[in-house]
Amino acid sequence: MATLKLDNVKKSFGKTDVIHGVSVDVEDGEFIVIVGPSGCGKSTLLRMVAGLETVTSGEVRINGKRVNDVEPMDRDIAMVFQNYALYPHMSVFDNMAYGLKIAKVPKPEIAERVQTAAKLLQLEPYLQRKPRELSGGQRQRVAMGRAIVRKPAVFLFDEPLSNLDAKLRVQMRLEIKALQRELGVTSLYVTHDQVEAMTLADRMIVMNAGVADQIGAPLDVYANPETEFVAGFIGSPPTNFIDAALVGGQSGRIGVRPEHIALSDTGLLTATVGYSEALGAETLVHLRTGDGAQITVRQDAALPIPGEGETRGLSWTDENVMRFDASGLRQH
Amino acid sequence: MEKRVTFKGIWLPLLLVLPQILITAVFFFYPAGQAIWQSLFIPDPFGLSMQWVGLGNFEFLLSDRFYRASFLTTAIFSILVTVVSMGVALYLAVLADRLIKGSGTYRTLLIWPYAVAPAVAGVLWLFMFNTRVGVVTWYLGILGYDWNHVLNEGEAMGLVVVASAWGRISYNFLFFLAGLQAIPKSVVEAAAIDGARFWTRFRTIVWPLLSPTTFFLLVVNIIYAFFETFGVIHTITSGGPQQATTILVYKVYSDGFVGQDLGSSAAQSVILLVIVSILTVVQFKYIERRVHY
Ligand SMILES: Nc1ncnc2c1ncn2[C@@H]1O[C@H](COP(=O)(O)OP(=O)(O)OP(=O)(O)O)[C@@H](O)[C@H]1O
Ligand SMILES: [Mg+2]
Repeated sequence: MATLKLDNVKKSFGKTDVIHGVSVDVEDGEFIVIVGPSGCGKSTLLRMVAGLETVTSGEVRINGKRVNDVEPMDRDIAMVFQNYALYPHMSVFDNMAYGLKIAKVPKPEIAERVQTAAKLLQLEPYLQRKPRELSGGQRQRVAMGRAIVRKPAVFLFDEPLSNLDAKLRVQMRLEIKALQRELGVTSLYVTHDQVEAMTLADRMIVMNAGVADQIGAPLDVYANPETEFVAGFIGSPPTNFIDAALVGGQSGRIGVRPEHIALSDTGLLTATVGYSEALGAETLVHLRTGDGAQITVRQDAALPIPGEGETRGLSWTDENVMRFDASGLRQH
Repeated sequence: MEKRVTFKGIWLPLLLVLPQILITAVFFFYPAGQAIWQSLFIPDPFGLSMQWVGLGNFEFLLSDRFYRASFLTTAIFSILVTVVSMGVALYLAVLADRLIKGSGTYRTLLIWPYAVAPAVAGVLWLFMFNTRVGVVTWYLGILGYDWNHVLNEGEAMGLVVVASAWGRISYNFLFFLAGLQAIPKSVVEAAAIDGARFWTRFRTIVWPLLSPTTFFLLVVNIIYAFFETFGVIHTITSGGPQQATTILVYKVYSDGFVGQDLGSSAAQSVILLVIVSILTVVQFKYIERRVHY
């Protein structure tokens, strides 16, 4: 059980600044997801918490204790790597038991803890196999098992599901969530997939080029993005951005989510219909405005689908409009 | 997909491999055949006639005290050369692997000894340890140690081992470094997070994953110590004192060309041929079965 605190943490590789100062307070048992596009510094941030990367400035605290200069083995953490990083020459059992053996846990207890974890992760039939004799999903579970048998204070996950196929990813996502609930271990989870972030997180940190643009509960972040980047990154299909000047505004752009725009004969703006995607329960209509901006409208499947090339009006209500200034910050 | 060029006739492919076959025939099959043939005879003292003795040369060798002593010397020598050169190389490779900056320079410097021919390396070491004018001998003298590898058998062995191992370190270093860098970084990091400190990680993760490289180097280095160290031994000790550094390959030379006992010398070559064949077979068997992680 542990709390985790990052205080203005920065990281530079030589002269390149990669993390520009991230602060967050993680409560005991909280599931935090760090989400952002590729190269924004998610892994670097996680590796600083793990002790695999030095902290250039700022502080990392686990349970109130400053750990900047503490070696990874003394931080009481466990990590699941993107490529799983299993020990190729050891059986599944030995992979999971490795940390316990080093900690000199008595043999019977090791066997018991590995058995329990294997049962939880449905790995019992594979305990004597080598990692190369397992499927991707099974390897992923071994990596999870290796983390949970040690009962660490903090779990760190670096895109643990990105090597799995879509179906398995959904299944493992649910399993990870259930597992974390059951074990109640403070967790930091890195992903570039915003759906994973929305479904797993108690709170999420949306990273943009080394800066934490917004930290908050998924639905709060979705409903109230603080920056244009967050509004565009969280939500699928993404928020539509329209030049504010086109709709009687000042400088900057406005953002409206696809579900908040309705098609009508007249509207605040007109646009030409492109192709439509009927997904069953809903339909996504893609349009193009006069100045070339791409607009997506999400409408109920019961509504008529407009024909390609037609000109339709777009309308929305004022409370659903998010205004951003020229620098991308939300105006309230 | 495998791309394979196929030839229609037999003549073109034959023509293409002909140079290699010729070279192998002239420099390997012909002398090897001659050695096997000669090992069955004893020439008379003037080299005018040869007398058939069948396996007599071999029987004599195996009961010869000096030959058996040479076997033991070879074993000690090759184990020492292999252990010293591989040990030092592994140590340097581990250091270089941890080094991020300047590892290029470090690597280049370490490769130089490999470019030095064994006989030249022998002369270099001989100069440093020359019993009268050698730098190292002089310093050892100041420290109160009287170095004389010309008379002392242990010192002679030590010197040829060091001189032979030295040139080998570069080669081993390159393989070890490549082996270390082929181990995924995240696996070692995972072990660190699992609580393993440097030595535990080395013992339980790095060393086992490095074992294919280690085994390969073991065989290659033993073969090197058996054969290619001739130049070093010839320049430094000429097999002495009292045959203390006469390894098998040197004995082939000294019995055959110095002692003029061509039959025995040929028989010794045949025995060496058998030994190296066994080593090669062992290596190929292992590489075939070796696990790729
Ligand atoms: N050891 C390093 N030396 C120099 N630059 C590095 C190093 N590690 C990472 N970087 C740089 O830091 C930035 C952030 O990298 P990081 O791996 O944290 O990204 P990420 O958000 O995890 O991306 P992805 O989703 O692709 O894994 C990248 O621009 C990367 O090039
Ligand atoms: Mg990453």
